[in-house]
Amino acid sequence: MAKVIVDGIEVEIANGSSVLQACEAAGKEIPRFCYHERLSVAGNCRMCLVEVEKMPKPVASCGQPVADGMVVFTDTENVRRARRGVMEFLLINHPLDCPICDQGGECDLQDEAVSYGRDTSRYDEAKRAVSQPDWGPLVKTTMTRCIHCTRCIRFSTEIAGVPELGATARGESMQVGTYVEKALSSELSGNLIDLCPVGALTAKPYAFTARPWELRKTDSVDVLDAGGANIRIDARGAEVLRILPRMNDAVNEEWLGDKSRFSVDGLKRRRLDQPWLRDGARLRPATWDECFAAIAARIKAVAPSRIGAIAGDLMDVESMFALRDLFTSLGSGNLDCRADGARFDASQRQFYVFNTSIAGIEDADAILIIGSNPRHEAPVLNARIRKRYLASPTFIGHIGLPHDLTYPAMHLGTDPSVLAALTDGSHPFAATLRAAKTPMLILGAGALARPDGAALHAAAWALAAQFNMLRADWHGFNILHHAAARVGGLDLGFLPAAGGQDTRAMLDGGVDVLWLLGADNADIAAIPPETFVIYQGHHGDAGAARADVILPGAAYTEKDGIYVNTEGRVQQGFIAVKPPGSAREDWRIIRAASASLGQPLVYDTLAALRTRLAAAHPHFAAPAAFRRLAATDLQGPAPGQVALSNAPFTAVAANYYQTDPISRASPTMAACVAAHSPADNTNFGLAAE
Amino acid sequence: MRRLGRMAWALVLAEILGGLWLTLRYFFRPKATLNYPYEKNPISPRFKGEHALRRYPNGEERCIACKLCEAVCPAQAITIEAEPRDDGSRRTTRYDIDMTKCIYCGLCEEACPVDAIVEGPNFEFATETREELLYDKAKLLDNGDRWEPELAKRLELDAPYR
Repeated sequence: MAKVIVDGIEVEIANGSSVLQACEAAGKEIPRFCYHERLSVAGNCRMCLVEVEKMPKPVASCGQPVADGMVVFTDTENVRRARRGVMEFLLINHPLDCPICDQGGECDLQDEAVSYGRDTSRYDEAKRAVSQPDWGPLVKTTMTRCIHCTRCIRFSTEIAGVPELGATARGESMQVGTYVEKALSSELSGNLIDLCPVGALTAKPYAFTARPWELRKTDSVDVLDAGGANIRIDARGAEVLRILPRMNDAVNEEWLGDKSRFSVDGLKRRRLDQPWLRDGARLRPATWDECFAAIAARIKAVAPSRIGAIAGDLMDVESMFALRDLFTSLGSGNLDCRADGARFDASQRQFYVFNTSIAGIEDADAILIIGSNPRHEAPVLNARIRKRYLASPTFIGHIGLPHDLTYPAMHLGTDPSVLAALTDGSHPFAATLRAAKTPMLILGAGALARPDGAALHAAAWALAAQFNMLRADWHGFNILHHAAARVGGLDLGFLPAAGGQDTRAMLDGGVDVLWLLGADNADIAAIPPETFVIYQGHHGDAGAARADVILPGAAYTEKDGIYVNTEGRVQQGFIAVKPPGSAREDWRIIRAASASLGQPLVYDTLAALRTRLAAAHPHFAAPAAFRRLAATDLQGPAPGQVALSNAPFTAVAANYYQTDPISRASPTMAACVAAHSPADNTNFGLAAE
Repeated sequence: MRRLGRMAWALVLAEILGGLWLTLRYFFRPKATLNYPYEKNPISPRFKGEHALRRYPNGEERCIACKLCEAVCPAQAITIEAEPRDDGSRRTTRYDIDMTKCIYCGLCEEACPVDAIVEGPNFEFATETREELLYDKAKLLDNGDRWEPELAKRLELDAPYR
């Protein structure tokens, strides 16, 4: 620890910290453009100059390590003069186009210019102007505004692991770019927009749409992948305009995947804004009462064992809880939240969550990824694995389709036969796992959806037990889900009761009335024509096209909801805008339907529902509390009836950008697919083989 | 004695005569009353009347949708929506001023970085219905085209003080 005195305040800070960090610890704000907590130090903007006693010149505090007894001054006349000088240099080539710049109002340079800028310019010479390269459908470039902080270069090289940005030439001619003009291929490219301290990189879909001061900000949780990234929904009026990440070191740090960030425009397209009822071959607009009457007539006409419900990938916990209560009171046990048709043992929580926890990845020293492409299924989590890889030597093995995971991973094979080779120790990676102190295993939820998913589940658990991953102080068995609702549904027990049918059985005609709670990713085409399908959801996607009754629900931005991410963290999102038209929050629809079915649910308010939820499942009572599970059961999940096959693993989705009703409705995501396919790097032509 | 003197002076009707004299003088002076609407008072170049959106001499609209006027408007009378135009430039798709909300403070023209929104010299825009006072972009641009010579002169005269 080093003792540093900053403006008379004495702070103690770890050796090796920078002077800037010491100043922050003392509560002093240091202006900076190139310095960022999560990136390496570049020290090229020179805005963070401070005075240090016995040093002849002001020093850049971001790159200066602290020394014991250092005396730092952050606000002397000399410092202010130096910063004013730096600001004047920065503004020489920065255009004065704040009125047409999208960064206006949330621009670091604009803010600091208020403190350190001159009122008039002394610069009469010609300003630099550079061309605007096209970096694809997400990031809009205005490189004339660039102040060469190189944050974007460092982000893409270090965090995203896709080193496609760089600087060419020097001095005033320096240009940041992709060398050869091309669309950014990282799934985290949207974060460049947040990182850019000026308006050089802005969001293309959001271009010129709004000013930050017009927006209503709501905290929420992302549902487009299972990572549960914390987000901020920015809305104006009844329209969600953009989504930004919120800081949460335990989940997403401050990053957000492109799909989660840019599929907002899908929230206003192809929406279900009124109830529909099938009339012969066509759907016709109907009233809520008509729909509920039709549902009640059908459900009362069949035995309880012939009705069933499947919950989809984007659902909040409350809706699933209400629907489960309704079906329980109707006497049906045909419930399944695994819309992908997976059959695996979910009897214990440690069987289906990411037990190591996302932050826990940083403690692992060997990682085995089975049947998953974390880069596409959870890009922010993948960045965490890369962070772990960069921090210290980590051995990463990958079983599945070969992908560029942004970090070197030993490709062990494409099918589950490798698991047997690891178990009997004949595979070289087995030695690596055996030598590791904190090995972890990531099993993709896509692999669980295979016919032999349960056997795979059991085999992976056995592997974890064999390689000492299941200990009281370290739980290295992880399921990486790709659906935000899955862990919540499994926690609730939205699963077939004893004798109940699972997703596959229900879709294959096991039931006469099927309630699809936003289950668009289920195999809708398999539903026989005589089944009466009730679709409750927010987008006119696969489920709505097949439905006999459509109950318009709310998207995740339009309801208060609890979501459980893949590591089992309970998080709450808040309502940002009202659902469109006569659409309603999903639990409310289920409550209304229960009344018309003669089995009214006992709660009338969300608060009452949550009280009941917390009583039934105590871990929903305190959403903030999150505890890493200790491994207790070495027996492991039941292997199921289907034996482990050697069919190769497949990709969960055809591409990263369109995986759910919201992103499928989004023109921005469609543009991304157009920009990146067919050269999408999900596979290298291996899927066809 | 003094009281008697005052009464005698009153009989002379000096005040009344003085008043009559004043009236007589104004009778021959130039008249202050204007024959509105055929005659009008001169107005200052800073007069804040009806709003207008101006164009550049080449016909391009000046407004760049920076939304500073919307932000500064104390009555929240201005509503702007924007998106990239086909040529990629930043333009409004909607520029509405609710003239019934407007308090004619002139902060919008103070805030405008490109002299697009201005308050012109026109104060005769009374309407028969309330709806006609909800101005849209077309109306404001039309105002700009109609009043451009006056608006330009007015800005020129006020320029030394801005």
